[in-house]
Amino acid sequence: MRGKSKSGPRALNSSLHRDSMTLYAAIFYTSAAVIVTATGMAITRRNPVHSVIYLIISFFGSALLYYLFGAPLLAALEVIIYAGAIMVLFLFIVMMLRVEPSGLRRPSLLQWLPAGVIGLVYLVVAVLVVSTDPGSQTTLKTGLARPSDFGQFLFQRYWLSVEIVSFLLLIALIGALYLGRAFVEDRGDRKEEEP
Amino acid sequence: MIVPYSHVLLLAGILFAMGVVCAVARRNLIMMLIGVEIMLNSAGLAFVAAALRWQQLEGQVFVLFIFAIAAAEVSVGLALIVYGYKRTGSLDPEIYNILKW
Repeated sequence: MRGKSKSGPRALNSSLHRDSMTLYAAIFYTSAAVIVTATGMAITRRNPVHSVIYLIISFFGSALLYYLFGAPLLAALEVIIYAGAIMVLFLFIVMMLRVEPSGLRRPSLLQWLPAGVIGLVYLVVAVLVVSTDPGSQTTLKTGLARPSDFGQFLFQRYWLSVEIVSFLLLIALIGALYLGRAFVEDRGDRKEEEP
Repeated sequence: MIVPYSHVLLLAGILFAMGVVCAVARRNLIMMLIGVEIMLNSAGLAFVAAALRWQQLEGQVFVLFIFAIAAAEVSVGLALIVYGYKRTGSLDPEIYNILKW
């Protein structure tokens, strides 16, 4: 089923597979359970290396869900960028610095009680909003955005944003380089002052 | 037919809450950055599901930008953490109180 022509010729192609609906739902719920479990393990481990490994498992589950929702290119990018690049960067830093295992912060009751109550209220309201909104009850149909369609759509309509975001990455690169370099110069200055 | 859209939103909400807890309650700068990563990932999940729900590719385009933002944020954040670690010798955020009055 093509999307409305007004919304763009490259809307997601969707096709109905009524016979295999339980299979898709099973895949979704299994991946969701794995993701939530792995993330829960990740945020509670005392050792950062363990939490990074659990988080890689969680991101693999997210990539599965991206694929299920018809975004194969984003699934590949999730594995390459998130599970590959970002988490390996975390792993490098954890191994480079001597990270002592640390637990949860334990603030006083007066500090976390208001935050907990407000967070609980937000949680209840969010669940109510999501569960009562009629638009959110619509079942997702399977669809597929082919990588070539996705790329053409991206560079036809959002080429300027792509350029801007690439510029942002360049700035981040320069910033990281500067932060790594500034300390060496700083230490050199201090050595000069000491004698 | 996969699942109702609300279930995906609930999953993304649960993940986001986990990221908030990790960013707020852990006594480690690296774990705080990891919490931010979890939050960004859950937002991406909601975007992809929304792209499927409304049959618009903009949601997927936005996830690509989220990836780029996450990569930039992680590189600068980790460089800052290494810089701070070399200065103070600790990753405990409570050590970083030079500006505290």
